Amino acid sequence: MKASDFVTQIRNGDIDVVEHTKKILEEVKKINKEYHYLTVISEKEAIEQAKSIAKNPAGKLAGLPVTLKDAICLKGIETTAGSRILQGYKPTFDATVAARIKKEGGIIIGKTSQDEFGFGAFSVNVGIGFEKPLNPFDKHRSTGGSSGGSGGISQKVHFPHISLGESTGGSIVNPASFCGVFGLCPTYGRVSRYGLLDYSNSLDKIGPMGKYAEDIALMMEVISGFDENESTCSDKPVDEYTKHVGADVSGMKVGIIKEGFAASNEEVTRHCRNAITALEGLGVECKEISVPTAIKYGIPTYYLLSTSEASTNLAKYCGMRYGKHEKLEGGFNDYFTKVRSKNLGQEAKRRIMLGTFARMAGYRDAYYMKAAAVRAKIIQEYKKAFKEFDALVCPTVSVLPPRFDEIDKFKVVDHYNMDNLTVGPNLAGIPHLNVPVGFEKELPVGLMIIGDHFDEKTLIGLGSALEGK
Amino acid sequence: MGNMKVDKELIKNVASLARLELTEAEVKKFVEDFKEILKSFSVIEKVDTKGLEGAFHSIELKNRLRDDLVEESLSQEEALANTEHKKDGYFKGPKAI
Repeated sequence: MKASDFVTQIRNGDIDVVEHTKKILEEVKKINKEYHYLTVISEKEAIEQAKSIAKNPAGKLAGLPVTLKDAICLKGIETTAGSRILQGYKPTFDATVAARIKKEGGIIIGKTSQDEFGFGAFSVNVGIGFEKPLNPFDKHRSTGGSSGGSGGISQKVHFPHISLGESTGGSIVNPASFCGVFGLCPTYGRVSRYGLLDYSNSLDKIGPMGKYAEDIALMMEVISGFDENESTCSDKPVDEYTKHVGADVSGMKVGIIKEGFAASNEEVTRHCRNAITALEGLGVECKEISVPTAIKYGIPTYYLLSTSEASTNLAKYCGMRYGKHEKLEGGFNDYFTKVRSKNLGQEAKRRIMLGTFARMAGYRDAYYMKAAAVRAKIIQEYKKAFKEFDALVCPTVSVLPPRFDEIDKFKVVDHYNMDNLTVGPNLAGIPHLNVPVGFEKELPVGLMIIGDHFDEKTLIGLGSALEGK
Repeated sequence: MGNMKVDKELIKNVASLARLELTEAEVKKFVEDFKEILKSFSVIEKVDTKGLEGAFHSIELKNRLRDDLVEESLSQEEALANTEHKKDGYFKGPKAI
């Protein structure tokens, strides 16, 4: 059932919201034991919220179960971004997105598992003491990352539900693809980041993941828009995204990114080509286009910039004001070093060090500044493409979800290269949507539709046109 | 970039700047990782970026200021709610000197 149909039934009193909430919490607990999609289940708070909605079933999300990536602050609920260094941290405030969901009657049932601070493409880089989420179609395979818990739970549950993920370099569309659900990474600045534990502040975006295009559109209407607490949040008017679900797409022009298809394996490209044929059948004009810099040079550009920002953003985690504490002894540097060395995972250490290195005197121009210039070139190439096309398409991920024993053999750069198709739109801050387009060997394949800045509505129109095809 | 000399000294120096203490095994692993990463990343040297200014954001940002008015903020109790190290209404930190 789509979220909007469920909300209508709640409002009409056809479903008892308290009973429903209790029932789905039991289902979630059972799933979680086996698949590890949630770091926290906020059972008590969810039931309290359901009781208050029973009295006044108002709002666009009335009674709807919602989950949030662990990096999104939720008042009074442990929020760690999947890291032991934040163990025990209970925010004293709600992130703007959480507050807006609650205001519209959404019931937040828990926080989803992720790569520590978002540092990964497979959700295997979980923090010390956390369990990695397992793919809903095959428990020996990855959910994708870093919003792996959000992708997994969105696919696995049998009740209406929407999750919020977060993307820095592909962390919404990648797990959406591996878990066979829709996932929209909005334009940078479309959705407030206030209350998001940041990874890389010039790249982080919060966006919805769920089974239906309409669910994505509905959640976008709730979470988008200006927020005075967040200086990079745009004050542009918010579109009525749900009105674009099932819209006529004939006459639209879509560019097929040739480098994206060339970089993907045969099984993935076949399903994505079929989806393009389906779009053509709906009157969409599809033509090949080259966006050369993003895929060829996007990986080093993304990693040099994002780790540089991460190394600064994570400097505040030092065991003093919140999170994991150690015994106070020694000087400042001794204490901070002890807390960080004991409680950050391997990939977090690696990225902090890479970012620290890229900005060091003597290396800054060759690495950080060069990457920023390449980012400008990538943005220009996309903007040029959108003069001719309404949207661009290519596979979301170049391969099917790999098995954990395969991932264990990957080198560090193999992990990083998994983001090759998704870092481009993330560097350019342009919206991109994963659309499930088929199954291969009982594993899902996703097509990525990329739009111009603030043109999420076109992606919703095209994505919904492919739904169920 | 690809020819960058990566050795234990460099890794230990970077770790120290990042307030990380690495085990010998971690140092060894990060030396290998950094060699591999920097070799792979060296391809961006080839990109022609002449005349391009670096992009530090993807959209144009406005400098936005709020009216200078006193508003509700965190109470002292809330600010200290998440720390184990506090004394007399203050955060208690490690020795500065």
